[in-house]
Amino acid sequence: MNKQPVFSVLGTTAALFEAPGEMTLGTQRRIWSLAREAQDWPEVREAVPGMNNLMLTFARAPRQLDALQERLLAAWEGIQPLALEGRVIELPVVYGGEGGPHMDDVVNHTGLSVDEIVQLHSAPLYPVYALGSHPGYCYLGGMDPRIATPRRKVPVVSIPGGAVSIGGSQTGVSASAGPSGWNTIGSTQMCFFDPSREVPALLQPGDSIRFRVEKVIR
Amino acid sequence: MIEVLSAGALATVQDLGRNGCLRWGVGTSGAMDPLALAAGNLLLANDEGDAGIEVPVFPFRVRFTEDCAFALTGADCAATLDDVPLLPWSVQRARAGETLKLNPPQMGPWRASRAYLCLAGGVDVPAVLNSRSTQLRGAFGGLDGRALRGGDTLTAADPRREVHPSGIGLVPPALSMPLQADGCPAVRVLPAAEYEGYTRASRDAFWATEWKITPQSDRYGYRLSGEALEPVAPMEMRSHGIVPGVIQVPPGGQPIVQMRDAQPSGGYPKLGTVIEADLWRLGQAPIGSRIRFIETTWDAALSALDELRAWLDESRRLLELHR
Repeated sequence: MNKQPVFSVLGTTAALFEAPGEMTLGTQRRIWSLAREAQDWPEVREAVPGMNNLMLTFARAPRQLDALQERLLAAWEGIQPLALEGRVIELPVVYGGEGGPHMDDVVNHTGLSVDEIVQLHSAPLYPVYALGSHPGYCYLGGMDPRIATPRRKVPVVSIPGGAVSIGGSQTGVSASAGPSGWNTIGSTQMCFFDPSREVPALLQPGDSIRFRVEKVIR
Repeated sequence: MIEVLSAGALATVQDLGRNGCLRWGVGTSGAMDPLALAAGNLLLANDEGDAGIEVPVFPFRVRFTEDCAFALTGADCAATLDDVPLLPWSVQRARAGETLKLNPPQMGPWRASRAYLCLAGGVDVPAVLNSRSTQLRGAFGGLDGRALRGGDTLTAADPRREVHPSGIGLVPPALSMPLQADGCPAVRVLPAAEYEGYTRASRDAFWATEWKITPQSDRYGYRLSGEALEPVAPMEMRSHGIVPGVIQVPPGGQPIVQMRDAQPSGGYPKLGTVIEADLWRLGQAPIGSRIRFIETTWDAALSALDELRAWLDESRRLLELHR
């Protein structure tokens, strides 16, 4: 965990700003605010929030990197949290069974029963911190640490869209089929991304997801 | 119009990439060798960013169903048009009914792995989210969001446009701007945030040894093999934005270079990033070949970008002289 903000570069393509401290929603609200401000800077092509961090891709890489770093750190010090009031999307989930092939691994790791895991997983309202990974995918905060389960040693070649999974202390829903190192405990059905829409992603930072228990297959 | 005759060739429609959609989880895609695509477009007096066909598997054959000017750049694949050999990196004209065949890339002073077929006016597929590049994970862009297959047809946006004279060509930048370290093809790297988190011995090995491009390498990423890179202590990262060129090191210690179809966020520690100006070199490095990494500075990396821009501008100027 960093005690101070960290500034680094990703080649000449982008810069990365990492906020200090524990990962919290309060810090994320400052990241959203910083993203909104930095988006208007002339050298910035896109300001992309991550999990308590911010990537700035360059429209044109700045000659004076120090100046950008100082500007970013100064902006961070003075930034006010942006409390985005988003929508709540409810997703019906079938836990376990064929759509949740790694439920047993979560049971074994946590020592909890399937019912306890389902209860803990479906209780919170999960705020969308950021989008990434693949089109329409949401990084969520707020999972109960009691069901945290390490990423799989060998990633699964492909999990289907709608797979509800746990990776370390995070949970998420895949928006389309693809490889994953997370533990899939259930499945839902939702179109998270449609490139023909003006805003193609269903969810934005500040929106929230609630998982509703549709069925538990033990 | 052209008809694809090769099946299962993994060829895709690509332009210079999709920008501005990272906030929705959409990576850039785009040509693995953007310099070759831009040069192919210049040969046809197209816009540099028009879409072309990226061909990674050979032989690859297409039949022209109408007269059309085209250019082949990237790997020198000893192409023939109805069995007549063609000069690489040059303007050509096909007549309706003729078949273009791209053969496996030539061994020689420079070895490359991807060819670009550019058509007069660009390959005419709809722009999706401001780009014609194929987004394989999202299944959109390019031709129906997928790789080409036998029987597909693609249209040139302007087959009869006035292009440069047939046979006019460019010297491939791999010949005019070579980059090697101790005789091994090389790319320049800027250290990334976790660089200091690796042991001195691992950092030295990163710069001083050759890295083999394994068969598990594709448009998503290049998995390299060499001396395992060891962190001083295990590092746990929060998910953050990444870009093509980022060199991630999973727990096994064998680095992975993110390429054009890479996901736009990740959580493995980053040792460095291949600079944008050298991504075209890496994009052409064949599976099984070896590369070296050269440490560079911010100012030198910007100068390298300027050098590419100057090469494209000079190419355009020289071509205009022959118009």
